[in-house]
Amino acid sequence: MNNHSVLRVVSKFMIPYILLFALYVQFHGDFGPGGGFQAGVIFAAAFILYGLIYGIENARKVLPATATRILLALGVILYAGVGFAGIYFGGNYLDYNVLAATATGGQHLGIFLVEFGVGTTVAATMVTIFFVFSGQDF
Amino acid sequence: MSATLSAHLPALQVVLPLIAAPFCVILRKSAAAWFIALVFSWVSLGISIMLLEQVLTHGPISYLLGSWPAPWGIEYKVDKLSAFIMLIVTSIGSITMIFAPKSVNLEIPKDRVYLFYTMYLLTFAGLLGITITGDAFNLFVFLEISSLSSYVLISLGSERNALTAALRYLILGTVGATFYIIGVGLMYQMTGTLNIADLAERLPEVAETRTILVALGFVTVGIGLKLGLFPLHVWLPNAYAYAPSVVTAFLAATATKVAVYMLLRVYFTIFGTDIFAALPIDEFLLVLGLIAIVTMSGVAIYQNNAKRLLAYSSVAQVGYMVIGISMVTATGLTATILHLFNHAMIKGALFLALAAVFYRIKSVKIDDMAGLGKEMPYTMAAFVVGGFSLVGVPLTVGFISKWYLILGALEKGWWPVAALILFSSLLAVIYFWKVIEVAYFKPRPESADTVSDVPLSMLIPLWVLVGANIFFGTNSNLTVSTAMGAAKALIGGAP
Repeated sequence: MNNHSVLRVVSKFMIPYILLFALYVQFHGDFGPGGGFQAGVIFAAAFILYGLIYGIENARKVLPATATRILLALGVILYAGVGFAGIYFGGNYLDYNVLAATATGGQHLGIFLVEFGVGTTVAATMVTIFFVFSGQDF
Repeated sequence: MSATLSAHLPALQVVLPLIAAPFCVILRKSAAAWFIALVFSWVSLGISIMLLEQVLTHGPISYLLGSWPAPWGIEYKVDKLSAFIMLIVTSIGSITMIFAPKSVNLEIPKDRVYLFYTMYLLTFAGLLGITITGDAFNLFVFLEISSLSSYVLISLGSERNALTAALRYLILGTVGATFYIIGVGLMYQMTGTLNIADLAERLPEVAETRTILVALGFVTVGIGLKLGLFPLHVWLPNAYAYAPSVVTAFLAATATKVAVYMLLRVYFTIFGTDIFAALPIDEFLLVLGLIAIVTMSGVAIYQNNAKRLLAYSSVAQVGYMVIGISMVTATGLTATILHLFNHAMIKGALFLALAAVFYRIKSVKIDDMAGLGKEMPYTMAAFVVGGFSLVGVPLTVGFISKWYLILGALEKGWWPVAALILFSSLLAVIYFWKVIEVAYFKPRPESADTVSDVPLSMLIPLWVLVGANIFFGTNSNLTVSTAMGAAKALIGGAP
């Protein structure tokens, strides 16, 4: 699709807003509809759109397989790490109350970090699935 | 620090292997991934021993995830039964991990070996999660974690058939998990709770309603699919036959055991024995179990692939466990729980022996095993002892579980059942003899290369399991008393 100039221009124009909207859904998940899973999918959609228009090779240059694999693992580690932080600060596993000075602050911080982990892993997984399927010669 | 950490053991038991998996993905080196899997398996074994000790001395442990109180938050609950099952899963995992590296490097392409260890750790965490959780929905989540990763493990097999086998297991396994969750949904509709202890309290009020009976049916079929309960076992023989050898040993010894645990939990902790008066599912299980032990042992006789032979034998063994459940007595359940442990030791040893055979001759066809008794004496001797145990020869663990099973049958006055159990043991002698005859009494064909026995890193874990077969066959106090305690707790003290 490299020679469709309309698609190229429009996608270039849209990708930053898709990424921005993903971050909004991610970080506003505390107060409104949203959260890590949805944000991760939207974030990945930007890369998938780029891959569709500019080709997989170019998309892989932006986000190499090594990077997606590490991000994929780091999200899970962040999630579990927050759980361990709960134990470290004297609560149970995944107890957010003890993470900050007040219980409410702790809940905010805990869910924020956990959802960020979810978002990272979901985005990396989505991009990986797309790359793997589109990279195969059927 | 140790005192504070020991309070968190239930969470660590599941989370440590779960968190180890992404590290394997990051490192991506076979040796590093193996080392992580090995260390975390042994740590989990240590934790499950400590948990069993705590449960035996202080009674059941409850752990609140995120400190949310019980019926609302997710609760982890360790009682005698779950601690015992976790001991089975972790000890098999630890032993297979010592055995694994050589066999895995041979059977799985080099660039995918790290995936094997990642998926192993996820399956391991999922199985432990199923066992430890006190929440019916959380159980479903762990069921999916362990199932999805075990589909991947099976598909790593070197033959192309492994992919079809994994796909078939994926479809049936997903149907099973869906049925389970439909059942849980129906229970939730009637009681408004997902916590297992809370469900147990609220269910009796609505036990006679059709919704609950339908839920019981759905859950039974769903778990039956995961269990390989006859006639829902069709995915099992191929999955076991085409999976990498180590995977077969691990899954055969743990996955079906955990499914039996789910069945026990659902029937005896959630529904309670009174439900059988409303829906005679116990009689239904008895019939299926009896058909399984006779027909599946019969089918096993005609197999030419030793792994398939043992897979059919596994379906038959599940039949014994189900018969134990169908007795709905403390003795019957003791037999089932004992057989969970004993069968894990038996099948673990047998499949590891086959993995060792495959490592040397690249085949587990019975015809190709001719003359191996002389060439691989230690491996084949382990196979023979494992076989004795499977048949139920005295001094082995197989005898102990069959003893209690027949005792349970006689207590209920079910003479024909006891007779059929003995008959199917005779069938086991026949299919076992087929392998032994070829391995010991047929000469090695001239064309075949001479082979030597496998290295010590494989022989030692194999013989540890074989030793466990004999040790727990002669010193059955620990296993029998734990199984009895768990059975009595399940059935509520009634005889």
